[in-house]
This record gives sequence, C-alpha cells and structure tokens, in this order.
Amino acid sequence: MSAKLIFRDQEFEVEAGKTIRDAIKECGLSPETVLPVRDGELVTDDVLLEEGDVITLVAVISGG
Amino acid sequence: MKCRKCSAKAVINMRQHKLALCKEHYLEWFLAQTERFIRKYRMFTPEERVLVAVSGGKDSLALWDVLVKLGYQADGLYIGLGIDGGVGYSAQSYEKVRKFVEARPGLHLEVVDVASTYGATIPTAARVTRRGKGKPCSVCGLTKRHIMNRVARDGGYDALATGHNLDDEAAVLFGNTLHWQVGYLARQGPVLPASHEGLARKVKPFCRFYERETAAYALLTGIDYIYEECPYAAGARSIYYKEVLNRLEAERRGAKLQFYLGFLRAREQGVFQSAQEQVQLNTCPTCGQPTAVEGQCAFCRTWDQVRERVAASSV
Repeated sequence: MSAKLIFRDQEFEVEAGKTIRDAIKECGLSPETVLPVRDGELVTDDVLLEEGDVITLVAVISGG
Repeated sequence: MKCRKCSAKAVINMRQHKLALCKEHYLEWFLAQTERFIRKYRMFTPEERVLVAVSGGKDSLALWDVLVKLGYQADGLYIGLGIDGGVGYSAQSYEKVRKFVEARPGLHLEVVDVASTYGATIPTAARVTRRGKGKPCSVCGLTKRHIMNRVARDGGYDALATGHNLDDEAAVLFGNTLHWQVGYLARQGPVLPASHEGLARKVKPFCRFYERETAAYALLTGIDYIYEECPYAAGARSIYYKEVLNRLEAERRGAKLQFYLGFLRAREQGVFQSAQEQVQLNTCPTCGQPTAVEGQCAFCRTWDQVRERVAASSV
C-alpha cells in the first residue's frame, strides 16, 4: 500500500492511508512551502492518499 | 475538504483564514481581496496608470493578470539582466513574459535589456566592480531600482507595482527586526510614497497574500511562469528567513500573517515615527534621479566604472 510524492527531482515513497499533509511532513518538507497537485489538479492537503496516488508538490518559495 | 461557499471540492485551504475554497470561488476571492488591499492602502485608482515590474515569476505575472482583470490601466516592464547560470535563466524568464503578453492582446510591455542599454550584463558588472562578495545581487538590486524608477518617471506612470507577497514582506521584516534596523522598519509597508520629485510611488498589492496563494492563482489560471529560481538566489538569507517563518507557520497557523499585520498596526500607530529619517535628496547630474549623496548617484558611478573596466579589459 504505497503512494508517491514528487518534489523537484526527488521522489518519496509513502504509505497510503495518511493525509498528504502528514506525508509531506514525514518527507522532511514543510506543507506551507508546497502545493499538492494530483492528476493535474490542485488538492487540499487533508486528502487521504490512496494506493498508487502520485502527488506532485509544486514549490512555492521564491526570492533572493 | 469542501468549499466554504458552495460545498464543492476545495482546491486550497488557507489555514490562517480558516477558509477552504473551490477553484471558482478561490479565483473570485483572490481578485476581490486584491481590490480590497489596493483601496485600503490607497495604492492607486482606476484613473491612474500603473507600471507592473514583471520577472516571469508567478507573483509578478499573476499581479499583472489580476490588475488587468480588475480593470486597472496596467502596463508591464521587463528588465533583461543577462543572467545565464547554466540554465539560460534570463532567456527563459523573458520567454515566459513574452508568451504571457502574446496570449493577452492589448497589453503593453516595456523591455529594457541591461547589456545593450548600459554596456554589460549584471554578472559581468558585478565581476568587474567586485561588488557583492562574488554575488551580483547588490548590483542587480541597484540597477533594477534605477530602471524601474526611470521607466515609471519617463512613461508618466502614477505608480510602480511589484509582486511582493506576504512571505517576502515577512522575511524582510524578520531580517530587519533581527538586526533592529529601525530606519528600514520605518520605511517598510504596502506603499512607499513618492517622497521626492522624480521618485515613483511604489506599491505592493499582493502584500497580504501568502506565497502559496499567489502560486495557486497562477496554477489555477494557467499562467506559465518560471519555476526555476535565479541561480544566484541559492543560499540567500531571505530564503532562509522564509523557511524559518514557514516552520513556525506549520505549527502555529497564521503566525506569518499576525507578524506582518501586527507590524503594520504598530507602524500606523507611529511606533517607528522617530526613526523616519528626513534625508535631504539631491539630483544626480548624470541621470537626473534623486540621490542621497552629492554628485553622481550610486547607479551612475557603478555603471561608469563598469564601462571603463569592460573597455580596459577588451583592449
């Protein structure tokens, strides 16, 4: 039972059944700095991950 | 999670507002909020002309898109910095801006290419003047500020708008507070008035949106923006401050918003009034822009030096 999170050029295998927010934190990322996209659509991070889900995390931080 | 307004599936949850919205209602909310901020802080009116500084990034392109949708007279300004960084950064960012304009007939874009106008790219200028400890950010900031002000003044614009969001503002505020730079604190705000003849009024209509909200607007409206960061931004202090604030936000929702709004309230109450410097500004004899020093302004001095050194090295 697993799902995948993709952030820039990194891929994280996570357990299905948890929220995207929890999975993001588990990967050591901040939920405040990304937007989760599933099948080309923005989703809220309370969505429960299902088996085979592929979530792309769009980085939102910019500046310098 | 459902949309607060219609119960459809939400696409974004703004924890600091306890507000989740679907695509349709989020886009509606985003436009209405921008309009509210413009009026609240008296940034500009529909009768005034606004110059939007666009970089090809999400914030500035989203800002231009929103201002046009709200019916404001907004033109764009793109500054070609000549930054490659192995990824063709400036070329890519210009392409995003060009496509944005192409898809919206009637928009007017001013383009200033730094190398062809002033004689060198930003990285070359930084290298030959040895400003900024190996990074071109100092020369870049100085040059962009000068060009933005010049184009705004020459074009008769009433205001110069930038896409700074709340994360940008909170990071600057955090840095200034950490070092107790009260002079900078006194000047930070949604509007920097045109305090001197020849200086454009600077406004930040997105200053109360979180960065993820402007990104969500760009994604939902299909704005194609440059995802890549400026190659020189890696390790920038402002990005580190944003990370620190976002860690705080993850545990304490609304922390960034409270920090920034609390500061604005304190500023309005005059907390920083005594730190407001009354600087006597002079006029630069070369470019005619206001400057705090006597004689040439920092921009003209720097670029005269750049051209001299570039010419000397090519002999």
